[in-house]
Amino acid sequence: MLAFIARRLAISSLVLLAATFIMFVLVALSGDPLGDLREQSTPQAQAQMAARIKALRLDVPIPVRYFGWLGDLFRGDLGVDKSGHAVSSQLALATTATMQLVIVATLLGAFIGITIGVVSALRQYSSFDHGITFAAFVCFSLPVFWVATMLKQYLAIEFNDWLRDPVIPLWVIGLVAVFAGLVWASIYKGRWKGKLTTFGIGFAVTAVVLYALSASHWFADPGLGFPFVLVVSLAAAAGASALIAGWENLQPMYAALASAGVGALLYYPLQQVLSDANLLSILGLALLTIVVSWALGHTLGGLLRRQAIPLAVFSGLLTGGLIFVDRILQAWHSYTVSVRNRPIATIGSETPNYSGDFWHVSLDSAMHLLLPTLALILIGLAGHSRYSRASMLEVMNQDYVRTARAKGLPERTVIVKHAFRNGMIPITTIVALDFAGVFSGAVVTEHVFGWRGLGAMFTKSLREVDPTPVMGCFLVAGAAIVIWNMIADIAYAYLDPRIRLS
Amino acid sequence: MTLNTEQVEPAEPNVGTQGMTVTARTQRQLVTRRFFRHKGALFGLVLFVFVFVLAFSSIGFGPIPGWWDKPWTGSGTLLDRGRPTLSVIPEFLGGSGIHLGEHPFGQDNLGKDYFALTMRGAQISIIVALTIGLVSTVVGTVIGALAGYFRGWVESVLMRLTDVMITIPVLIIGAVVGQMAGNLGPYFLALMLGVITWTSVARLVRGQFLSLREKEFVEAAQAVGTSAKRIIFKHILPNTLGVIIVSATLAVSSGILLETALSFIGFGVKPPDTSLGQLIETYRSAMVTRPWLFWWPGIFIIAIALSVNFIGDGLRDAFDPRQNRVRN
Repeated sequence: MLAFIARRLAISSLVLLAATFIMFVLVALSGDPLGDLREQSTPQAQAQMAARIKALRLDVPIPVRYFGWLGDLFRGDLGVDKSGHAVSSQLALATTATMQLVIVATLLGAFIGITIGVVSALRQYSSFDHGITFAAFVCFSLPVFWVATMLKQYLAIEFNDWLRDPVIPLWVIGLVAVFAGLVWASIYKGRWKGKLTTFGIGFAVTAVVLYALSASHWFADPGLGFPFVLVVSLAAAAGASALIAGWENLQPMYAALASAGVGALLYYPLQQVLSDANLLSILGLALLTIVVSWALGHTLGGLLRRQAIPLAVFSGLLTGGLIFVDRILQAWHSYTVSVRNRPIATIGSETPNYSGDFWHVSLDSAMHLLLPTLALILIGLAGHSRYSRASMLEVMNQDYVRTARAKGLPERTVIVKHAFRNGMIPITTIVALDFAGVFSGAVVTEHVFGWRGLGAMFTKSLREVDPTPVMGCFLVAGAAIVIWNMIADIAYAYLDPRIRLS
Repeated sequence: MTLNTEQVEPAEPNVGTQGMTVTARTQRQLVTRRFFRHKGALFGLVLFVFVFVLAFSSIGFGPIPGWWDKPWTGSGTLLDRGRPTLSVIPEFLGGSGIHLGEHPFGQDNLGKDYFALTMRGAQISIIVALTIGLVSTVVGTVIGALAGYFRGWVESVLMRLTDVMITIPVLIIGAVVGQMAGNLGPYFLALMLGVITWTSVARLVRGQFLSLREKEFVEAAQAVGTSAKRIIFKHILPNTLGVIIVSATLAVSSGILLETALSFIGFGVKPPDTSLGQLIETYRSAMVTRPWLFWWPGIFIIAIALSVNFIGDGLRDAFDPRQNRVRN
């Protein structure tokens, strides 16, 4: 394994090196770096031009310039841009901004996409499946900049307007509820009577929830509250263990419920601790949650420890996450007042000159992340749902799945243990490659939302024909592709023992 | 699997054992049949032909005049704040009848007819997308075929080259190429974009060649002394045609998204010429006051990309030998 990684790394670095040469030459040839000075007629222009020629070494051939840049790179120096600022510090800032944007979007997009894909594979040729297939085709054909601008206009600006009087009209509630009922009914597999009941329940629950939210002006000051946290975390713990361990195995479920329950009961005691939190203390609390849940899973799990521990940790973290969201939303009211009642932001990564405690600042970045993340999720969703559907269908037709059914295993075990786990092997690779490729999506999204990340840095310096920052961005993007490709290979070999790395 | 049409036997009905009529069909007939029975593919084809004909016939192309009387350049007088006059609701439903009106897609703030402008953008975007698809498929096929057939050092060199190209994100190298070629017009830009996006086709074709070159019919051809060129182009390539056609369609749909995205961030088609992506970028700020300036180009991008994707899906099913749902 180690030999494989070393060899792969060596080859990949050579490939990346060759790619930097191509990029450098292309960028250097892409325009006139003195263009802006040539147009000026001031007497200093000549001197400035001479200074820039010296600084950018424009008087030597491009390959020589490249090797100069490469020599600096090996000494750990990314060089300076046209105006003399160090590229490395800009690059660090830009990479952090892009990471923020991309990580959440990719993970959420993968999670939602896989769920949809698996469900539509399990209900092949149902109306749900056909609907999802069509929606995926539409998503494939959507230009990301168009979607992003639409989100900006209709989700942000009009939603902010609507927040002044957050009442949902009855006909909207009706339409949404009918749609939700139809979706649930199309997932349900069975006689029309069952379908009708599912439709009714889906319709009623959606309508009641929306009506209650609208009538209580929840959107004006959203929050979760203790009862919500308790009920949802317990329900999620029970649901997850029913899916993974099954109703008949109670020990993992006890572990998960205990972990969720302990977390939820700490709601009130935690408020004091959370009131002056910072990133470090939040991370500490998350770590503590993991340790405690692990211990709970270990003690309560019995013989099924291997299932109980992850379930308990998942439930604990979910409960912690709910409490975290609840605390952030407590900052909502004062936050909306300070941003003139327009909470959903459309430009940049933070409100300029905004200061507040940890929760206000977190809410501020969350509100800025909302739209770009949504745009990226929508674009990524299609691919993930298609791939996981195809992979799942392929696995469901394998002989071992038939064997599992034939020997009388419950359908849940067949799907979760035999089919799903094998069906997800190719998807791991695709998610890894997704991380490698998100840069492209981020360039456009950053342009729409005025986000100062890698994409903005790249477009700006390319427009000015400034090779060093462009090369800096490319190094990050190219290294991401190389490394994530390798991770994909290793993950594949680890998950599928039939594949041997050599 | 061969696409040789010389074998088109007059489909003579044989009365089978169970009273079923069995008809002999060539591969091409089978594929065409399956394709035209695929509802999505048919929908895609109709939509694409409609958009194509609309874009090229309305304002004309080059020296050929079109049926639309207003030019895409030059401004005019603003009528009704430039609102679109297109109406599709018939009078008996309470609408104002089905008609195009003076400016069906509205006008921009200078009074330019937006229908003509959108049609021009669609023309350029379609041409660029088709060129990207064609060029990348040809380059990728040749590289993949050479690498897969000759193996050895040819394969090493070509595949390392592919690895290097894959390391550079398409949008990055596309933007750099766009910066270089944008001023030389959309056709040159399309050519350049095609030259950098061949990698996936090359890998696909190489994989096909690697397995096909071990087959008996290739061995037989080699045994009688057929030249490598003939084996590649006459013996192996026709067998990979299905894969190539499908990936070419997908290259067209990703090509239109690439071009519009590049034009949107300013590295694609440059003024005075226009494309759908550039129209969106130009009128993005007018979203609040003149939303139609933003809607139409977007709808056309989606229509083109969606129809091409549907055609590609239909072709994939049609070429799939395991696909035998359509028998008679």
